[in-house]
Amino acid sequence: MVDIPSSSSRVLQLRGPQHLFDRLFRSATLFFGLFILLLLGGVAVSLVVGSSAAFSKFGLPFLWTDIWNPATERFGALVPIYGTLMTSLIAMVVGIPLSFGVAVFITELCPPVLKRPLSIAIELLAGIPSIIYGIWGLFVFAPFLQAYVQPFLIATLGHIPGLGVLFAGPPFGIGILTAGLILAIMVLPFISSIMRDVFETVPPMLRESAYGLGCTTWEVIWRVVLPYTKVGVVGGIMLGLGRAMGETMAVTFVIGNAHQIRTSLLAPGTTISSALANEFTEATTPVYTSSLITLGLILFFITFIVLAAAKYMLIRMQRQAGG
Amino acid sequence: MAKDLARYARRQRKNWIVLGLSLCATGVGLFFLGAILYALLVEGIAAIRPSLFTEMTPAPGSDGGLLNALFGSAVMTIVGTVVGTPIGVLVGTYVAEYSRGNKLGQAIQFINDVLLSAPSIIVGLFIYQLMVVPMGHFSGWAGSMTLAILVIPVVTRTTVDMLALVPNALREAAAALGTPKWRITVSVCYRAARQGMLTGIMLAVARISGETAPLLFTVLSNQFWSTDMNRPIASLPVVISNFALSPYPDWQRLAWGGALLITLAILCLNITARSLASFGSIKQ
Repeated sequence: MVDIPSSSSRVLQLRGPQHLFDRLFRSATLFFGLFILLLLGGVAVSLVVGSSAAFSKFGLPFLWTDIWNPATERFGALVPIYGTLMTSLIAMVVGIPLSFGVAVFITELCPPVLKRPLSIAIELLAGIPSIIYGIWGLFVFAPFLQAYVQPFLIATLGHIPGLGVLFAGPPFGIGILTAGLILAIMVLPFISSIMRDVFETVPPMLRESAYGLGCTTWEVIWRVVLPYTKVGVVGGIMLGLGRAMGETMAVTFVIGNAHQIRTSLLAPGTTISSALANEFTEATTPVYTSSLITLGLILFFITFIVLAAAKYMLIRMQRQAGG
Repeated sequence: MAKDLARYARRQRKNWIVLGLSLCATGVGLFFLGAILYALLVEGIAAIRPSLFTEMTPAPGSDGGLLNALFGSAVMTIVGTVVGTPIGVLVGTYVAEYSRGNKLGQAIQFINDVLLSAPSIIVGLFIYQLMVVPMGHFSGWAGSMTLAILVIPVVTRTTVDMLALVPNALREAAAALGTPKWRITVSVCYRAARQGMLTGIMLAVARISGETAPLLFTVLSNQFWSTDMNRPIASLPVVISNFALSPYPDWQRLAWGGALLITLAILCLNITARSLASFGSIKQ
């Protein structure tokens, strides 16, 4: 921004109401700017305060206790943490290659006419609210998986020693795997649109020189574009990861909400956000409520770190491209 | 030579395979978009009838509509947008016009970007602690404030981006005429960035009108007609969620109808916002 002489400048002394307006306006913007910082601080403080009851009762072992029993008021966070990490992991394993493919297609292969409509179509996936994915997942996707995909997985992968335990048990339809797959669809537009953006920051000269050496399109992507955009790509992936961990309604609908850890991916489980969505209004005792808020604090902590790291990487990427 | 040719063929093959896979990936993405829209249309249209817009949410087994939920959603979305938008615009103005890239401005932008993708359920917990617990009951106001907090980062982000596109020459020209800084910002910069900022607001509205999780424990829901924002109030996403998870076919049908309505509204908002942005007045 240029330094436009403001009210404090000696050259242009503003008098009267203008001077006052100027200061008022500036203060208002500054006030709400600080308010944003306060907001994040406020969220953190409120969660810490809310979690104190559970924390004083269970202490640090809360983090790795796998009991969740409202009747006896024994609570531990291990099962929801496991569910959150597991569903996000599936989402990443499935979602990253898909997003990469979409980004490559849009930046390298797509005819220019199709580029915009295609980008918009993929980004519309991101605009569909979580609850719609939930209801679609419950009534369409999960029955489909139960009828066709899961029996196939059990019949084929289920018999491989070692790997088999991941695909054991009856096909419920709902469960960790279903939730992970829906999350993969949900993070696809986020990750692919960031990948597309960072791919487009690669200077044309770099690509052209690689093509000039006789590289195939794939070699240009793998050896030139990806190394150049590494930081931004990782940032985009982490942004997607942050989203996946925080998604609530879609997961709540299809995960089955069982406080248990099973090795099988087909078994129902729970995540931090789905436990909150499901149980918060049913929590009758202060310790129960406080335990749920503690789960929220853990989620806040994990996603904050992931999102901040993602943001940091994307900012670095922008600077690199700008400088 | 033969070896070179074979190697060339191998490289070409690899290239085509990978590019083919990327085409498939795009196909998968579009397929799911299509599959979701198809299911919504097929299941939702069956539920769309006049009573959907004129009657209240029913008890299981009886006929009804979604009028109270539509009303509640509209009111809370409007209040959330009206509260959140000016704050977002002012924050964006500070970052783009006043901070001049200083540490505070950078910090605000960084935190804002983190808030932009933060899980909305966390915001719900925050408002629960801040408003629901002290007031002693769930309320429409608490829901509106949750939505307002979700609006702020979206609006801030687009405001910053759009103000950054306003050419400095415009600001300088206005300043040369003796225009005070606040007037430059309001009458020149906002005007030049108007379309982009409007896009941001529409995207924010699109985002909050489908929000469910944070409303579950800030507003709860309400089976009846209620205009009292101080009380629990029905909202479309929460009703969809409750009805879809119920065992009653009538309720599930209404949930699909609501889901279709909400998705169409959001897709329209998104598409309008994007075309506004692309036909925007600012050209670099």
